[in-house]
Amino acid sequence: MRIPILRLGNILLTSIQVDLTDEDVMLFQNDVVNEVSRTEAMGLAIDITALEIVDSFMARVINDTANMARLLGAEVVVCGIQPTVAMTLVEMGRGLLGAQSTFNLEQGLIVLRQRIVQRADLWAFDDDERSRDRPFNF
Amino acid sequence: MSEAVTGHSIFSIEITDPSDVVSARSKAREIAAGLGLGSADQTRLATAISEITRNVIQYAGPGGGVCRLFDESDNEWIRIRIEVEDWGIGITDVVAALRDGYSTGGGLGAGLPGARRLMDQFDIQSHPGCTKVEMSMIRRRHHG
Repeated sequence: MRIPILRLGNILLTSIQVDLTDEDVMLFQNDVVNEVSRTEAMGLAIDITALEIVDSFMARVINDTANMARLLGAEVVVCGIQPTVAMTLVEMGRGLLGAQSTFNLEQGLIVLRQRIVQRADLWAFDDDERSRDRPFNF
Repeated sequence: MSEAVTGHSIFSIEITDPSDVVSARSKAREIAAGLGLGSADQTRLATAISEITRNVIQYAGPGGGVCRLFDESDNEWIRIRIEVEDWGIGITDVVAALRDGYSTGGGLGAGLPGARRLMDQFDIQSHPGCTKVEMSMIRRRHHG
C-alpha cells in the first residue's frame, strides 16, 4: 500500500486515507522524505483527517517524518487530527505528536504558504531594513 | 449458559502478521461501537489493542499470539474485556516494561504504559513461554 504524494507548486501534499500497517507507515516515511528531497519542496502537508486510530508507533513515525522533512529544509504541517485521536494520544502520555498541526488541509496549506512567503522575505534581505539588525554579513 | 461470570467471547483473531494488528484494532472499534461505547472510547480501546498486539508481533516470534474480546456487559454497565496472549520469550521485567520510555526492542516504550492509561483495568502476567495481557473498559450505560 503506497500513499500518493501530490505536488501543488512548491508544496507536497499527502493524505493518509486508509489504516496502514507498521511496514506501510515506514514505507510512507521513506517515500515522503525522498520526495521532499528530490523536489526540494518548500512545504509539506500531511493530512490524517481519515485516520481514526493513531497509536504510539504511527504517531512517532508521523512526527519523525515531519522532523526529517524539516531538517531537509521544508516547512511541515500535520492536518486534520481527529478529536478522539488527540484525546487518546495525550492520555497515553508524553508528546507523541509534536509537529505543528492545523484543523484541516485548507488551513494547512494557508499556514505553509505564509511560512514560505516569510522565508522568502528573510532571504531577500539585501536592501531590506531588517538587514541593519543583522550581526553578520553573508 | 451463564454470561455473568466470564462474559462471552465475541471476537478472536490470531496475531501473526503486522496486518493482523490493523484487523484487530479496526474490528475492536467496530465492536465497541456496536456495544454502545462513544467514539472517544472506541478510539481508546482500538488504540490500546493496537499497542498490545504490536508487542506480540515485535516480541513473540513466529508463533505469534491471539487477541480475544469478551462482552461482559449487563443492564447497568458496558464492560469489554480483552485478552492478548502470546507464547514468546516473555517479559523479563514487567514492572520496568510498564514504565514510560522502557523498551528492549528499540521502540519508544510508550505502548504498554499508554495502553494501561487508556483502559480501566489492566493486568499483565509474563513468564518464558507465555505472556498474557488482560484489560477492560467499563462504562456506565446511559439509559433513555
